[in-house]
Amino acid sequence: MYRARLGIRPGIWLGIAALLAAAWTASPAMALDADNPGSSGWRLLNLPVGVTSISRDVYRIHMIGLWVCVAIGILVFGVMIWSIVFHRQSSGAVADVTLVHNTKVEIIWTTIPVLILIGMAIPAAHGLVLISDDSHSQLDIKVTGFQWGWHYEYVGTGVSLVSKLDAKSMAASELDSGISPYSVPHYLRNVDHPLVVPVGTKIRLLIGAVDVIHSWWVPDFGIKKDAIPGYINQSWFEVDADKPGVYRGQCAELCGRGHGYMPIVVDAVSKADFQAWLKREAAAEKAATARASSS
Amino acid sequence: MAETTHAHAEHDDHDHKPHGWRRWVFATNHKDIGTMYLVFSCIMFFTGGLFAMTIRAELFKPGLQIVDAGVFNSLTTMHGLVMIFGAIMPAWVGLANWMIPIQIGAPDMALPRLNNLSFWILPFAFVLLLSSWLVPGSAPAGGWTMYPPLTLQLGASFPMLIFAIHMMGISSILGAINVVVTIMNLRAPGMTLMRMPLFVWTWLITAFLLIAVMPVLAGAVTMMLTDHFFGTSFFNAAGGGDPVMFQHIFWFFGHPEVYIMILPGFGVISEIIPAFSRKPLFGYEAMVYATASIAFLSFIVWAHHMFTVGLPLSALLFFMFATMLIAVPTGVKVFNWTATMWRGSLSFEPPMLFSLAFLFLFTIGGFSGLMLALVPADFQYQDTYFVVAHFHYVLVSGSAFAIMAAVYYWLPKWVGRMYDMRLATWHFWLSAIFFNVLFFPQHFLGLAGMPRRIPDYAVQFADWNMVSSIGGFVFGLSQLLFPYIIWKCVRSGKRVEGTRAWEGARGLEWELPSPAPYHSWTTPPTEAMIARGAEH
Repeated sequence: MYRARLGIRPGIWLGIAALLAAAWTASPAMALDADNPGSSGWRLLNLPVGVTSISRDVYRIHMIGLWVCVAIGILVFGVMIWSIVFHRQSSGAVADVTLVHNTKVEIIWTTIPVLILIGMAIPAAHGLVLISDDSHSQLDIKVTGFQWGWHYEYVGTGVSLVSKLDAKSMAASELDSGISPYSVPHYLRNVDHPLVVPVGTKIRLLIGAVDVIHSWWVPDFGIKKDAIPGYINQSWFEVDADKPGVYRGQCAELCGRGHGYMPIVVDAVSKADFQAWLKREAAAEKAATARASSS
Repeated sequence: MAETTHAHAEHDDHDHKPHGWRRWVFATNHKDIGTMYLVFSCIMFFTGGLFAMTIRAELFKPGLQIVDAGVFNSLTTMHGLVMIFGAIMPAWVGLANWMIPIQIGAPDMALPRLNNLSFWILPFAFVLLLSSWLVPGSAPAGGWTMYPPLTLQLGASFPMLIFAIHMMGISSILGAINVVVTIMNLRAPGMTLMRMPLFVWTWLITAFLLIAVMPVLAGAVTMMLTDHFFGTSFFNAAGGGDPVMFQHIFWFFGHPEVYIMILPGFGVISEIIPAFSRKPLFGYEAMVYATASIAFLSFIVWAHHMFTVGLPLSALLFFMFATMLIAVPTGVKVFNWTATMWRGSLSFEPPMLFSLAFLFLFTIGGFSGLMLALVPADFQYQDTYFVVAHFHYVLVSGSAFAIMAAVYYWLPKWVGRMYDMRLATWHFWLSAIFFNVLFFPQHFLGLAGMPRRIPDYAVQFADWNMVSSIGGFVFGLSQLLFPYIIWKCVRSGKRVEGTRAWEGARGLEWELPSPAPYHSWTTPPTEAMIARGAEH
């Protein structure tokens, strides 16, 4: 008979190497400077908690899923590893060939997963119901994806804007541009005109597209919705009143050669600032229309 | 009677077969056709691998260095199409051709000429698909999922893509029909359904899935074809059509398709783990029923690939619950494999090593699958690298590792020689370790917000992309060992004595001499042989 001479020994050495690599990755030396995004990439390991009630719900559901999987993994992998270590032919283990069937055990390991799944399904279904409730919005914004950028219209205000990749990213992203992406602030995640929204306001998005399918996604808001020609999809978010800031995302559905180059930037400002901004934009738009009609 | 048997034995010994190119072009022998399928699959594996290496090289650091964004999209699209339809599916059909007749005691596949046709369609399909790199507008770039309206924007490659898909579909359907007919009609006397090896069982169920869903794919792409050339509006919103309908139809094919790629792997693992645990498979009947339940559930979960298209709440809830349910039969399978090893007498030859990697890594892919089923969380995961990591865990360490395990398990039977086990063990360790270096960090990238199918990325994703690319290069290079080991084995491997290459191997294939004669089971196996193989 043929026997493995090498067997699982290389795995022990490679496993130790992998553990050392993991320890090195997790070590504080790796997490250098939070302001320099180039060196903090090692610490990006998990979903962001985000700044909306939805994103926090999603994060919680994600962590429940993760920990359930980790727990089951430890149990199942533990039994497998136990067999691999202690039931080896080379250490004299003799196979128990009568162990081929056990109705009681099989019922148990069918029932327990069902119970665990029910335990996971309840918070997930609950969260989903909350996310789906887009009623009583205080501001509606029509979002239209195109190849390649986003058009935003503040419904009922006359204000709209087109949001595309910023010029610096554009220049640096050319093939062999010679410009280091590290020299561009928020490379590929910056736009010429960000979407401006007020914090503490329930905002409903009406999402569509003109050419192909796109997908509007801001991880910090916990929502992603496809922008599909012929459809108006709805989604909503409300940025925490105490968390104004700039939040970034990207188109998430393959939409052609510019797919990697249609970021989404949302500038969440205080309600007062938003009203002032809206007034300014409306006036500017009015002036532009007047100029266009008079000339 | 005795004389007939004797004559048959003579016949077997002579192994008379056509020589030269006729042997392959006019092949009707299941072993020859199986070999051609496997060689074809290997060529496609390295073709798709080359695309993957280019993708990983481009993603090695931020900025575009090697290909432009359009070519990048072609690379991801072609990588997916070639690996799924060119590498994994033909490899399984090749293994089915080689093993099913031998395992059920049949002299050949039931429909040998159909078998020839179903193989020879494939090279033409892939010449057509791959030559699309040369036409104006270059190769398909709308993703392997071919969503309209994007795919309708393709240039001259569009009809080439559609007809290539049609041909692959016909090939798969013919192959599947052959498998069903062979298993239903050509089992040796005494080889009842519940005595069949699990590889045969899982392939029987896979064949039914193929027959059910390949025509659905053909329908979807045909509608797209008429949208493009004949003015219909199946998927064109401006003409009253619906782009989302394509996704529903595509994934009604696409989800069973993922089980088409993994179920035969379940079968292989269910053969190899008992062999190297020196213990019969735990819960044979439960394994059969679990496979059938997974196949049934695969038809009612398709919309979990499209949770973000704007489905109504009720649909989201239904598809979430149905998808979570798949964890139950899949869990039963993992528990049964674990129980098979429990109190066994384990040894770690290459087939067992690949099976163990399958067991651990496929389970990790199952875990991320369970997380993806949770709709609110899926809103974050959808179309990110988290999904890319998930499906490579189930397809590479699932299907591809199971195929490698199968080849390392049965190769001695096919060629009558043993391969260099030390080299194969290194092939295993390099694959298993660098697979994880390649794909585990992609979980992090997806969670951190990196979408899939982008040629360039923000700099905060640079670190883990570099790790992933390094893993990719070593993983890709170490696969070159695989054909080398096989070639070396065929040329100069040590001859295998007797029928059994492995101490614990059971089943009718191990009752045949090594190498398996060109015409095997021209007289049916005896009841004793079948009983030895079906100890469970």
